Amino acid sequence: MSEKEIKNSGAERSRSLEEIFEARIARDEKIEPKDWMPEKYRQTHIRQMSQHAHSEIIGMLPEGNWITRAPSLRRKAALLAKVQDEAGHGLYLYSACETLGISRDELYEQLHSGKAKYSSIFNYPTITWADIGAIGWLVDGAAIINQVPLCNTSFGPYARAMVRVCKEESFHQRQGYEIMLTLCRGTEEQKAMAQDALNRWWWPSLMMLGPTDAESIHTEQSMKWKLKRKSNDELRQQFIDQTVPQADILGLTIPDPDLKWNEETGHYDFGEIDWDEFWQVVKGHGPCNKERLGARVDAWNNGKWVRDAAMAYAEKNEKRKVAKAS
Amino acid sequence: MSLTSEDSHLRGNYILTIADNSLILAQRLGELCGHGPILETDIALTNISLDLLGQTRSYYQYAAKLAGEGKTEDDIAFLRIEREYKNCLLVEQPNTHFGYVIARQFLFDVYHFMLLEKLQNSADETLVAIANKGIKEVSYHKRFSGDWVKRLGDGTEESNQKMQEAINDLWRFTDELFYMTDAEKAMAKDGAGVDVSTFKEKYYEEVSEVLKEATLTVPENKYFTKGGKEGVHTEHMGYILAELQYMQRTFPNMQW
Repeated sequence: MSEKEIKNSGAERSRSLEEIFEARIARDEKIEPKDWMPEKYRQTHIRQMSQHAHSEIIGMLPEGNWITRAPSLRRKAALLAKVQDEAGHGLYLYSACETLGISRDELYEQLHSGKAKYSSIFNYPTITWADIGAIGWLVDGAAIINQVPLCNTSFGPYARAMVRVCKEESFHQRQGYEIMLTLCRGTEEQKAMAQDALNRWWWPSLMMLGPTDAESIHTEQSMKWKLKRKSNDELRQQFIDQTVPQADILGLTIPDPDLKWNEETGHYDFGEIDWDEFWQVVKGHGPCNKERLGARVDAWNNGKWVRDAAMAYAEKNEKRKVAKAS
Repeated sequence: MSLTSEDSHLRGNYILTIADNSLILAQRLGELCGHGPILETDIALTNISLDLLGQTRSYYQYAAKLAGEGKTEDDIAFLRIEREYKNCLLVEQPNTHFGYVIARQFLFDVYHFMLLEKLQNSADETLVAIANKGIKEVSYHKRFSGDWVKRLGDGTEESNQKMQEAINDLWRFTDELFYMTDAEKAMAKDGAGVDVSTFKEKYYEEVSEVLKEATLTVPENKYFTKGGKEGVHTEHMGYILAELQYMQRTFPNMQW
C-alpha cells in the first residue's frame, strides 16, 4: 500500500470507529475508560472532571474557614463532615480523571499554574456564619441542578461518581437551608445576618450556572456527548424558580428588584446579571482568587517533604520484603 | 445509682479532664482541613477530628446532665474561662508542620487508647458506654499516627530530621498525661475513674518501640512541663478559645 492509501485507510478506520462511538452514545450506552474514544472526547472529559474535582478541593477552603468558629458542637461536627465529603468528592473525581490517562499530580500542576479552572463561586469570602448556611442552600443548590443530569452522562466513571456526589450534595443543601431557617427564626441580629448573606451570595450563585447560552463555547459539543442535557440559561431558570419560594419561607428578600412571577411563561423573570463581575472573577481577579490558589499551592509545596518521605518509605519497605523473601 | 451533689461536681470535673483533650485536639485538627500535604491525609485527619468531637459531645452531654440547672453541651464547650479548661498541654500545641501534627497525635493516641481501655472497666455505666464506642475509633487513630511516625522517621533524611524535631519538642508535655488532679485521684479511688499512673511505664515502652522502629531517637528529658490539667495553659490556649468561643461570646443566648 502506498503512503497515501495507508493514510486513507487509517482515516476511514477512525471515521468508522467514531461512527460506532457516536452510535453508542446515541443508544445511551456507557463509554468505559478502555473503550475507543475520540481524542476530543477524552480531553473534554479531563477538562470538565478535573475542573469539577478542583472545585471540590478549593471549595473546602471557604467553608473550612468556619470550622474552628462554628457556633455549636453540632454545627461544628456537621461542617467538618461536609468539608470531608468535599475532599471525598475530589478524590473520586480525580480518580475518574486518572482512568483517562492523566495523573493526579499533573492535574494539580494544571490547577496550580492557573491553566485549569475551578468554580468561580469559591473566590468569594465567607465572612459570617450565615455564609455557611447560604453556601449550602444556594451554592450546593445550584451545584445539584448542574450535576443531577450528569448521573446519566455518557462516560461511565463520571456518571457513577456523580450518583454518590449528588446524594451527598442534596444532604448538604438541606443542611445549609436548615442553618438559614434557624437564623431566620432567631433574633433580629441573626435574621439580618441571613439576609446579608443572601444579598452577597445570590448573584454569584446565578453566575455559577455559567455564561449565557450565546457566550457558552462548550455547550453544543457537550450536549452531543450528554455531558450536558440542558443549557446554562435553562438551568439558571430552574434554579431561580426553585429557590424563590424557599426564600419566601425564610422570610428573606432576594436582592433583585426585577424579580417577579410571570404568569404567561410560568417562570420568574429576573434582572440583568453583571457579567463583567463574572469574567473578572473567572480571569483571576475576584475577591479571593489569590488567597484560594495560594493556599493550595502552599499546601502542596509545604507537603513535598511528606510525600517524598512516604515514597521513600514505601520503596524501602518493598526492598526489605524482597530481601526477606530471597 | 444516685450521686450526691458533691459527687456530681467531682465527676463533672473528672469528665472535663478527659473530654477537654478531645475538644481541643479536634479544634486543632479542624484548622488543617484543606491544607494537608495529601488529600488522603486531609480526609483521615478530618475523620479523627470528627471522632474526637463526637466523643467530646457524649462526655459533655453527660457532664451537663450531672451539672443540672439546664446546662447544655455547648455551655460547657464554649462558655468557660481559660482556667476552667482541663486539657493537657500536649493537645493545644500548634500545627507547626506536618511532623508536629503527627507527633502530637501519636503521643496522645497511645495514651488515649490505654486510658479508654481502663475506662471500659469504670463503675460508671455512662463512661463505660462512651469508652466502648471511643476505643474502636482511637485504635484506628493510633494506627494512623503510628504508621505516619514510621513513614516520616524512616522516610528521607529531611523527614527524619523534621519528625525528630517534633518528637523532641513535644516530649516535655508527655509526663503531664500521667499527672493526677484531685478529681482524678478521688474518682480512681471510688472505681469510676482511671488511675493513669498504672500505665505510665507501658506507655513509654510502646511509644519508644515505635520511635525505634521509625529510626528515631527516644528523647531523654530531665525536665517536663505541666499545668493544663489544673487549668494553667500555654499561651496558645487563649487564641484557640478566641476562635472556638467567638460566636457564642459575640452573640450570647441564641440558638444556632
